[in-house]
Amino acid sequence: MTGGFVTNARVVAALGRRATRQTFRRPQLMAPILIFPTLLLAIQVGGAGRAVDLPQFPEVNGFLDFMIAGAMVQATMLAGNSGGIALALDIEMGFTDRLLAAPISRFAIVLGRLVGTAALGAVTAIWFLAIALIFGAHIEGGVGGALLIVLLVTLCAIAFGSIGAAIALRSGSASVVQGLFPLVFVILFLSTAFFPGNLLLEPARSVAEWNPLSFIVDGVRDLVISTFSGTQFAEGIAALALLGAAGLGMSAAAMRGRVRRGG
Amino acid sequence: MPAIETRDLQRVFSGDVVAVAGVNLRIERGEIYAFLGPNGAGKTTMVRMLTTLLRPTGGSASVAGHDVVAEAGEVRRAIGVALQEAALDPLMTGRELILLQATLHGLPGAEGRARAERLLARVGLTNAADRRVGTYSGGMRRRLDLASALVHEPHILFLDEPTTGLDPVSRKAIWEEVEKMNREGTTVFLTTQYLEEADNLADRVGIIDDGRIVAEGTPESLKAEIGRPHLEVVLGDGAMERAQEILGRFGKPLPAKDGAALVELEGGASGVAPVVRALDEAGLVVESLELVQPSLDDVFVAKTGYHLEGSGDETAVPEASSN
Repeated sequence: MTGGFVTNARVVAALGRRATRQTFRRPQLMAPILIFPTLLLAIQVGGAGRAVDLPQFPEVNGFLDFMIAGAMVQATMLAGNSGGIALALDIEMGFTDRLLAAPISRFAIVLGRLVGTAALGAVTAIWFLAIALIFGAHIEGGVGGALLIVLLVTLCAIAFGSIGAAIALRSGSASVVQGLFPLVFVILFLSTAFFPGNLLLEPARSVAEWNPLSFIVDGVRDLVISTFSGTQFAEGIAALALLGAAGLGMSAAAMRGRVRRGG
Repeated sequence: MPAIETRDLQRVFSGDVVAVAGVNLRIERGEIYAFLGPNGAGKTTMVRMLTTLLRPTGGSASVAGHDVVAEAGEVRRAIGVALQEAALDPLMTGRELILLQATLHGLPGAEGRARAERLLARVGLTNAADRRVGTYSGGMRRRLDLASALVHEPHILFLDEPTTGLDPVSRKAIWEEVEKMNREGTTVFLTTQYLEEADNLADRVGIIDDGRIVAEGTPESLKAEIGRPHLEVVLGDGAMERAQEILGRFGKPLPAKDGAALVELEGGASGVAPVVRALDEAGLVVESLELVQPSLDDVFVAKTGYHLEGSGDETAVPEASSN
């Protein structure tokens, strides 16, 4: 990396502040991240609440308790997509050139963007925890569990943000990143985000079984519907580490390619 | 050691598109050097290579004594860059942008804030500093871009078409600022498609066409290469033939243009009075008479065979360069 650790940390923090401000100053990007998943949550909880009566459905206090984890992860996926769009817009308008012409580490540009996405992840976690508590859900993990949920959801935003960043750096086009928006739903529905894995039909059940998203959702859900067990949390963290490592690796490669090609 | 030096610098894009075809440059410290050329001539590609944003595919270049490929980090520390179309985030405020730029260049917080205040005042943006850039006019954006490029007090400043699309007043304000920075010791490398800009601002001009430098020198020397001033005479009674015969006694006759008889005056301005007397003695009514100095456009035409786009309308707002 160019310069020392402290210098790079300052640069990442400054770019993170910019990314965070940018997100909150652009309501058209912010709104879908919170409003879409909230509406979907309301529709699902209101219309399919009796799903909890199905045989083999996990033991929960209510359907909201089950669904809240899926809504959170959905929101972080949208936050990651939104971070990718913002980075692609920076490339399109030439702002990234301004950063590349400065004596900073190239990867600080990606990390700065991820700081903004992480902040958005934390906000979504708090938003859905508040909704859960207001509408009568129980956080069985207590305050500690709630804090771990915020941590998991924030890490989740970073992992998906890194994938969004990789696509943005590779394509340099906001519309390409935006075009991946429907994929979010495909991947979500092929996981345990909205329905228990054991009640899914084949082949969705097998896909969900290996979908890293299922491990993340189950890690968050476990903290809502039962006391902290450790196993599912660890599996969630491992899945996040896998996704994050893949996303950061792809981002680094895409950044190198972009620099080689000349922006 | 020159501020900028290139040796046979080349850039070929995929599909064998040659953007820069072997450019040799030597720009001394403290100079204002203007790269003049039409859209697609290779100006922006040159700037991107010299500012380390694009790797050359051939030849070499050094900026502030550092190789642009092997010592890119050192080059970035020494330069300030204001790229074409002022790449500014419309959601940031002017102050936020300059503070970010200060952090990118490793300035401590307090120093960055102090310099931001000074620079905002210098470019007349103190009152607009906390407004979002999206609300700025084109001229304000350019001034902010310039200020942000100066935050780390670079030795060499690259300006890619700094006044493209600006109104004449804003353009003048940018010129004054560039001249001021240069007086303070900053070497300036700018690209432009405006003849007037190159003529007024630059110590030396390089004319680039099709990726090659076709002429280089001070604006005066380039114009002197082309020839002496010529006299344009429009006659009230349209006695063109008689007028041309008289004018021919005072210098080399040139082809008539737009109803005016033309003659290249060997003695320059001192040759005007005898011409006027001769025309008067011949009883010809002179409607207008103008001594026209050779322009950079004449140089451009002589070197490339065509006029630079918009050269006849310096105040027009042309399309942004796309090369």
